[in-house]
Amino acid sequence: MNVINVDNLTFCYNGLEAISNISFTVKRGDYLGVAGPNGSGKSTLIKNILGILKPQKGNINIFGQPLIFFHQWDRIGYLPQRISSLNNHFPGTVEEIVQLGMKKRNAIALKRTLEMMGIAHLANRLIGELSYGEQQRTILARALISQPDLLIFDEPTTALDPETREIFYSLTSEMNRTYDTTIILVTHDTGIIGKYARNLLYLDKKVIFYGTFEDFCTSPDMAGFFGSTSQHMICHQHDKTENNV
Amino acid sequence: MGLVDILNYEFVQRAILAGMLIAAISSILGVFLVLRRFSLIGDGLAHITFGSVAVVMLIGVSPAYITLAALPLVMLSSLAILKLTHSRRIHGDAAIGIVSSLGIATGIILAGLSGGYNLDLFSYLFGNILTVTQTELWLSFIVFLTTVATVVIFYNDFFAITFDEELAQTMGIKTKRINVLLFLLTAVAAVLAMKVAGIMLVSAMLILPPLTALQLSMNFKKTIIAAACFSILSVICGIVLAFLLNLPAGGTIVIFNIGFLLLISGAKKIWPLPR
Repeated sequence: MNVINVDNLTFCYNGLEAISNISFTVKRGDYLGVAGPNGSGKSTLIKNILGILKPQKGNINIFGQPLIFFHQWDRIGYLPQRISSLNNHFPGTVEEIVQLGMKKRNAIALKRTLEMMGIAHLANRLIGELSYGEQQRTILARALISQPDLLIFDEPTTALDPETREIFYSLTSEMNRTYDTTIILVTHDTGIIGKYARNLLYLDKKVIFYGTFEDFCTSPDMAGFFGSTSQHMICHQHDKTENNV
Repeated sequence: MGLVDILNYEFVQRAILAGMLIAAISSILGVFLVLRRFSLIGDGLAHITFGSVAVVMLIGVSPAYITLAALPLVMLSSLAILKLTHSRRIHGDAAIGIVSSLGIATGIILAGLSGGYNLDLFSYLFGNILTVTQTELWLSFIVFLTTVATVVIFYNDFFAITFDEELAQTMGIKTKRINVLLFLLTAVAAVLAMKVAGIMLVSAMLILPPLTALQLSMNFKKTIIAAACFSILSVICGIVLAFLLNLPAGGTIVIFNIGFLLLISGAKKIWPLPR
């Protein structure tokens, strides 16, 4: 079953193309890494998929439904790069933020998620009083609490310490393997993609590569595009990542 | 004259009642506006109210219904600010600036053209809660009920949007609808607050009580309740003191609001809140 189908997607900011004619499909249980240089359109693509931005051209289907008719948003967990508008005086407790947008409160799910993310002791603290890493863990707990079918992470671990980062990626891998949770991970770190994701979508305003990570590493086209040394570095970064984490 | 004697006057009772209702409305909405960095919208809408009052005075609306008649124009302007804010080419503060300048410019031109009603029009700049009419009291009551009902019914949506609008959108929350509700209610609150504090001090009614409540570092619901309490207390103290010392009520109310903010901020520094 296709979880996401993007067909010929084009989005412009003030007339300038941010992404152009993007097409790809994500199947149930896929773990897709999205990479590309700064300004390559990674976050723009994610915002189009989530309906935050409206594309000028092309179609997006989620769980078999056109985006405009899609209403089952609790099937999607989203972790943004950062909460852009987070006000340090925001009077919301960790407990309140983790249950953000939930129609029904679920004390068991709340307890389980807070413990899983190691923030149970912070449940009654205001989010503005936490460190950046603790805030990010809170937002991550919010994305995971409803055990969604699709998880979308946009540069999720930039504020996390190596230990929490490892917990995060192990957890997402386990969810992917055990529950067939589909995962889209946007990151600059191709080492992380090589280690955890099965497929790679490499963007530079348009699709440069879409396929398995192994195919990327053996593709003569990609060797031509990046240069064989760069291709080798990208493909073997996960060896370093593995040693560093 | 004692406190009990003051409260025997019917116009004082009406002023205190209307003031309390308007204080609650503006402070509840103010919590969302302050946290979403829309604090200056009160100023913008107050300026628009000035222009709108000039328009309705020019077309000869009876003084008893001026507040009511000015409402549609202010509500439309609040939607214009919202639209401009989301246009991506104009920042929220600039959008408020554009609409606000239009309001003041219209008011000044219309005042200059007709000349005869200058005094009445400029009396709205400083407000006078003691002249609140029965119609305005009823309007305040209806708006108070509407505001409380809206916030209670859509509490989760308001909370999520205030935390992060984009994240709220990804949860399927109809952010546009909630924004329209917030901006329309704020427009009505600004017109009513004009009666209490005057056009010059409308934003104080929206900003100061939430800022005071935020100093207490409580959760969201308690912050809203605390903001309403500080605002109501300021109105009661302000009206009574203004009547006793023959001071302008609007200014006195705002001074009380600032007093509470300084008091709580100072107390917090001396006795930090336990964690």
